[in-house]
Amino acid sequence: MRQFNTTPTHNIDAEINWSRRHLLDIDSFSRDEFNYVTNTALAMQEILTRPIKKVPALRGKTIVTLFYEPSTRTRGSFELAAKHLSADVVNLSPPASSITKGENLRDTLRTLEVMGADTIILRHHMAGAPHFAARHAKSCIINAGDGWHAHPTQTLLDIYTIQKYKKNVEGLKIVILGDSRHSRVARSNISGLTRMGAYITLCGPPTLLPFSIGRNDSVQSMLKVELDINKALDGADVVIALRIQKERQKAGLIPGIEEYISGYQLTGHRLKQAKPDAIVMHPGPVNEDIEISMEVVRCSQSVIDEQVANGIAIRMAILYLINRGNG
Amino acid sequence: MTSKVILNNEDIRRTLARMAHEIIENNKNLNNIILVGMRTRGVPIAQRLADNIKSYEGIVIPVGVLDFSLYRDDLASRNFYPVVRQTRIPASIDDSVVILVDDVLYTGRSARAAMDALIDLGRPAAIKLAVLVDRGHRELPLRADYVGKNIPSAHSEEIKVRLLEVDGIDQVLIEKTSPGAEVNTDAAV
Repeated sequence: MRQFNTTPTHNIDAEINWSRRHLLDIDSFSRDEFNYVTNTALAMQEILTRPIKKVPALRGKTIVTLFYEPSTRTRGSFELAAKHLSADVVNLSPPASSITKGENLRDTLRTLEVMGADTIILRHHMAGAPHFAARHAKSCIINAGDGWHAHPTQTLLDIYTIQKYKKNVEGLKIVILGDSRHSRVARSNISGLTRMGAYITLCGPPTLLPFSIGRNDSVQSMLKVELDINKALDGADVVIALRIQKERQKAGLIPGIEEYISGYQLTGHRLKQAKPDAIVMHPGPVNEDIEISMEVVRCSQSVIDEQVANGIAIRMAILYLINRGNG
Repeated sequence: MTSKVILNNEDIRRTLARMAHEIIENNKNLNNIILVGMRTRGVPIAQRLADNIKSYEGIVIPVGVLDFSLYRDDLASRNFYPVVRQTRIPASIDDSVVILVDDVLYTGRSARAAMDALIDLGRPAAIKLAVLVDRGHRELPLRADYVGKNIPSAHSEEIKVRLLEVDGIDQVLIEKTSPGAEVNTDAAV
């Protein structure tokens, strides 16, 4: 007997007038839109439990993943999502070195459009590249990460994952631990999670914390900075550990990996400060025993593997919704 | 716009009682049946049929929910995609007799999409179709096995099924929506 996951986790009836043809960032998303995407993802997740994981919804659509930066999970996740929906997928990864700002990207986009791409999933090292693409291309553009700016599908899947465990994001205390200055995941998550009503605490060495985040007051009031990890974790419902990028060490922003580990590694001992039912998340890939101890990665509170699985459902939802109005 | 009640709550109750008896009569092994409601209004109808069968025969029939929006044949041409909701089937459909349940059978395109969606979930021994209202105008070669009421209708008319669970009232209405028809009615008066 096959059993489907039938737990309704949040408001099933949030219905809205969806008209987005691009997903560039989530800074203009309303709460209803977030819930609409996560509700659609819930329906998509059921497809992933089937022996034949394929529905004909995007039959005949051509989807291109155009990645100017390396990626395993985001790209694989988008590709699988598109294939589960029966779209045709082309993967392109031009070497980053041959790309100069703007002009060449525009040529590439035009070529893809002529080839019949309905949707282009773009990852680029320069912030704003997807916005540029959306202005110049007729295809739907999905931002799969641009520079330090945004990573909208990561935020959507993080909200989806949190909703599965905590039902409501509103009022939760969420700690974002590590290098939030150079992290597009942190930037998007701060924007999305505060919009959903969560209180965010940023924790990390002062050199890795942002100079300024959230120019508007509504975000500022939901956001605080705490340099002491034990104080930051106190009473937390969700802990999101970020990857320490090795190049930051070379730039002299942290004295050394050992210093970082002793001050900010998420260990089992430190996690005890958080609520007993707190969940631990990480956008991946994990630097083992650097920003997070392997003990915590494998503990029962860790939902890191589930984030990867949820990512496919969220990307199916986004591909389906974005392709609306493109018929 | 003119609207007329075709079935009231008592009519609907009697109709669903008869349909439940027909299902019992035509299926020797009731333990092998799954009722699957097609979203949205097929779901409460399937549940009521299961409740009726339980009260007549004492057998609990599993009730599932099917969302077939990803299988519609007009996805490519519509510029508005339908809202996708969860499919929930409580038991394996392999080798069972699945009775698809919907409120209205019209062109048959929803039933076609629902059958495709169902077959992706397994290999049922048979698929049958039960509808509260058959209003004619089929565009595909299929028919229902259990019909609550045949309501011959014109394309310009609309059949509205309202159910307690969804709409707060049990009734079936026929509405003339075409502006042309309205003018004619006025002229006749």
